[in-house]
Amino acid sequence: MNAPQPLIEVEQLEAWYGRRRVLHGVDFAVNAGEIRVIMGGSGSGKSTLLRHLLGLQRPVSGRVRLFGVDLGEASEREMLDVRKRIGVSFQGGALLTSLTVGENVALPLREHTTLDESTIRIMSRLKLEVVNLGGFQDLMPSQLSGGMVKRAALARAIVMDPRLLFFDEPSAGLDPVVSAELDELILRLRDALRMTIVVVTHELESAFKIADTITVLDQGNILMTGTVAEVRASDNERIQDLLNRRPREVQVDADAYLKRLTEEEA
Amino acid sequence: MSVSPNGVAAERGDGYVLVRLSGEVDLSWSQEVRRAVLDALAAGTPVGVELSAVSYIDSSGIAALVEGFQQARQNGGRFALVAVSDAVRAVLELARLDRVFVILPSADALLAA
Repeated sequence: MNAPQPLIEVEQLEAWYGRRRVLHGVDFAVNAGEIRVIMGGSGSGKSTLLRHLLGLQRPVSGRVRLFGVDLGEASEREMLDVRKRIGVSFQGGALLTSLTVGENVALPLREHTTLDESTIRIMSRLKLEVVNLGGFQDLMPSQLSGGMVKRAALARAIVMDPRLLFFDEPSAGLDPVVSAELDELILRLRDALRMTIVVVTHELESAFKIADTITVLDQGNILMTGTVAEVRASDNERIQDLLNRRPREVQVDADAYLKRLTEEEA
Repeated sequence: MSVSPNGVAAERGDGYVLVRLSGEVDLSWSQEVRRAVLDALAAGTPVGVELSAVSYIDSSGIAALVEGFQQARQNGGRFALVAVSDAVRAVLELARLDRVFVILPSADALLAA
C-alpha cells in the first residue's frame, strides 16, 4: 500500500527580497494529523515560508503543494477550494474592525457555505465557546484585550473545521496562563477535529509542549526537522544557540555589506 | 477499524423516536441530519440520537444536535444523545457540551430519563 500523500509538500523553495535570499532551497513536508512547529529566530525566514504555504506569495523557484495542489500553478478556482480547507490565525488577529466578534467569526461560513442562519449562529458561537469567549459575540474587536483578539481570530480560523490550520505566533504577547491554555487547545483541536496544524513560533516552551515534529529554520535554511527529543539532542551549534537563547555571531561579508550601503539598486 | 457509511435513519421505538447516525458527519450532509432531528421532534415523543457508529462529527453536525436539544427544551420535550462514540465525545468535550446534553448509554434509558 502506498504511503498517504503529505498534506503539505514544499520542494526546493527559494525566496528573495531584492538581492537578499531569504529561503535557500527549502524542502518540507507535513503529514495529516501532525502538529508541526516551525521554529526560528527573527529573520530566519519562517514568516516568508508561512506566506508561501498560504499562497500569499507565489514561489519564484521551487514548489508548494497543499492537498496535492501546486499553489504556483493553481487556477483561481483551485486556490479557492484550497482556501476553504485551511484556517489561518494571524499573529495580529486580522479581525475586521467594523464587524462584531460574532460577525467576524461567522464570516467564512457566510462567504463559503449556504448553511441556514440558525446553523451559522450555533457554529460560530460554539467556536467562541471553544476558545473561552462564550457570550462575547456582540463586542467590537476594539473592546477586546490582546489575548481575546488572538482567541477570537482562532475561533474564526477554525469555524469551518479546516483540515489544515496555520497558527502564527500563538503565544506572542500573551500572559503565561492564556498561552498555556492555547497550547492545550491546539492539542485538543488536533485530537477532536482531526486537524493538521502548523504553528510558527519562537516560543520554545510552547513548541516543545505541542509539537509532534519541529522544523528549525535559520537564515533561510532548514537546520533540521525532527521530534522534540531529536531537536533537543541535536549537536548543531545554531540549534543549541536557539535552545539556550545564545545570541548569534553575525557573519560580516565586507564586500556585500559595503554594496548594500552604497549601491543604488541594493 | 471498519468505518460505517454515512447515513441517517429514524426508527420508532416503544414511546420514542431514535435517529441513528453513522459515518462521518460533516458540512457536506449535516443539513440532512438537522432535518431528520427536527422531523423526529415533530412527533412529540422523546427523541434520542444514536451516535455509536459516528466516526467523526464536525461543528455543523454538532449544531444540528444543539438545535434539536434547544427545540425540545423549548417545547418541554425530551432529547438525549445515545451511545456516544469516543470520536463524538471528544468534540462534545472540546466545547464542554458533554455537560450540557443528556447523554444516555442506550435507547431504553430514554423513557426512564
